[in-house]
Amino acid sequence: MKKKSLLQQAAGAPYIVWAALFIIIPLFIVVYYAFTDKTGAFTMDNIASLADYKETFLISFEYAFIASLICLAISYPFAYIMSRKGPAAQRIMMMLVMLPMWMNLLIRTYSWMNILERNGIINNILENFGMEPLKMIGTPGAVIFGMIYNYIPYMIIPIYNVMSKIEPSLLEAAEDLGSGSLSKLRRVILPLSMPGVISGFTMVFVPSVSTFYISQKLGGGKVMLIGDAIERQMQTSYNYNLGASLSLVLMVVILVSMVILNRFAGDDDLLI
Amino acid sequence: MKKRFFSVCLAALLTAVPLVSCGGANSEITNPVGTYTTEYAGTTLNVFNWGEYMSIGAEGSLDVNAAFEALTGIKVNYMNYDSNEAMYSKIKSEAVSYDILIPSDYMIARLISEDMLQPLDFSKIDNFHYIDEQYKNLYFDPDNTYSVPYNVGMVGMIYDTSVVEGTPDSWSLMWDAKYTDNILTFNNPRDTFAIAQFLLGIDINSENKADWDKAAEKLKEQNPVLQARVMDEVFNKMEAGNAAIAAYYAGDYLTMAETNPDLAFVYPKEGTNIFVDSVCVPKNAQNYDAAMLYINFLLEPEVALANAEYICYASPNTAVTENPDYELYQNEILYPAAEDMPFTEYFHDIAPEIRTYYEKLWEEILLADEG
Repeated sequence: MKKKSLLQQAAGAPYIVWAALFIIIPLFIVVYYAFTDKTGAFTMDNIASLADYKETFLISFEYAFIASLICLAISYPFAYIMSRKGPAAQRIMMMLVMLPMWMNLLIRTYSWMNILERNGIINNILENFGMEPLKMIGTPGAVIFGMIYNYIPYMIIPIYNVMSKIEPSLLEAAEDLGSGSLSKLRRVILPLSMPGVISGFTMVFVPSVSTFYISQKLGGGKVMLIGDAIERQMQTSYNYNLGASLSLVLMVVILVSMVILNRFAGDDDLLI
Repeated sequence: MKKRFFSVCLAALLTAVPLVSCGGANSEITNPVGTYTTEYAGTTLNVFNWGEYMSIGAEGSLDVNAAFEALTGIKVNYMNYDSNEAMYSKIKSEAVSYDILIPSDYMIARLISEDMLQPLDFSKIDNFHYIDEQYKNLYFDPDNTYSVPYNVGMVGMIYDTSVVEGTPDSWSLMWDAKYTDNILTFNNPRDTFAIAQFLLGIDINSENKADWDKAAEKLKEQNPVLQARVMDEVFNKMEAGNAAIAAYYAGDYLTMAETNPDLAFVYPKEGTNIFVDSVCVPKNAQNYDAAMLYINFLLEPEVALANAEYICYASPNTAVTENPDYELYQNEILYPAAEDMPFTEYFHDIAPEIRTYYEKLWEEILLADEG
């Protein structure tokens, strides 16, 4: 193998420094806090007390999983349709997907709080048609909706990216060889778009499972996710050790589930 | 204890354009009565306060920090927090140093016991005589060496007269199944537990775990009737009639009632929490002398009046409370007459072990709510 030139080495340096300072070192700090007590002595107590958070973990994973699945169900056909449009239409559709993200996540979520309220816009419309108002705010449904609304662009974009790289000639070839539309989807489009699905799923699932703002605002303080528990340990309880061990376990569980997901996809090169 | 930070930011953002055209805020006071010097001009003073807890020039009101700068030449670096605990985490980390803090009573007690505050030099705070005698030498600072009272508040029940029948006078209203899905409570353990404790006649500062268990049981019973646990979201919900009953701070009721005149307020007969937020100087402050000038400045009649009218909490400053031009002069909710004064208790700093215990109970209550 050819030795890298000095310039090539130097070009990578800024990112290596960045990663070391802001990713690797903080990770070690999290690990350190997770296995120590307030005096800095080694302890397993923090990890042991995580058993109390089993339900919270389960609920967080359940909601994030549901949100990711719904995102996928909406995004997949949309990404396909978008990738088959002309360049101008694609640009406009992409802009519409990105548009909500120009506004801050906090503001978007705060606005939804008012829309979903009991006397909010949706219920006002329903009442005008003589229908019963719905209870939306403060329900798990509202929290999952918030996850979908905020993170769906992260699902659409990677799927669209791989879809748009599928050669039309491949689809034509499949048709020539006698594939119906269902088998074309199953045997050509689906396998080729799998990398996009996996990365989209990851990019929706990870922020959803660790969110605390969405659950606080749309869940009316009645839905406690693991992100809320971590935030409370850091902000209110001043228990960085327990907060760190919760974060650490969350990271490990996410890592493991991503590895499993990738195995199912049958592509070993894709490990996250 | 002002938690309206976010919604106000949002409102400010949405109305930023018209606000700008409204023109200059008031950034000078006309006749300071205290003694000031420009000796520390050019230095910086780091002030750490609750969000929305000082008049800083919104809607043409006095910009306290700008006025201080105009008078002394000291630049104020003004920063906000949204809970005593968040403030504590930040200063405990020692990554930052502040010159001025405005924590609540029990937090001041904790800071004093952990040796994190320094005594104030009252010879430089000649406006201190404006502080009402009843707010001097309070339990958390018995010799009044570390703190100067800034605001006083009490918790009460806000209810919508178009929904709630009669004139409620008990915390039990917050458990009334008739108002299922119409009731809001706090989204923090201490304030929420206090409601159950007052109702059950338990000491809010109990060091007995069984007492906290009893209160937790009572709070779990409340889960099915609750619409939400809120902090600053309460404004939106009560003002728009999205909920009918809420426990919150008295001063904030006045703000809500401006938008929704159907709202009424009561101090429940079982008693309620009273709090005092006071100005303190942490041990690692970098600009102690400027901090003394700043504290004196906050006590200026003109400044204290602007703050009291902006924040809408009760003022411990007699120059404000005895001023007939004060918008909330003798307001019966902020300043109840002696015979209407409810039974009140302060929060005390609780032993860390009990604190951990009730925080765990709080998580159990939240979990039970999801079931």
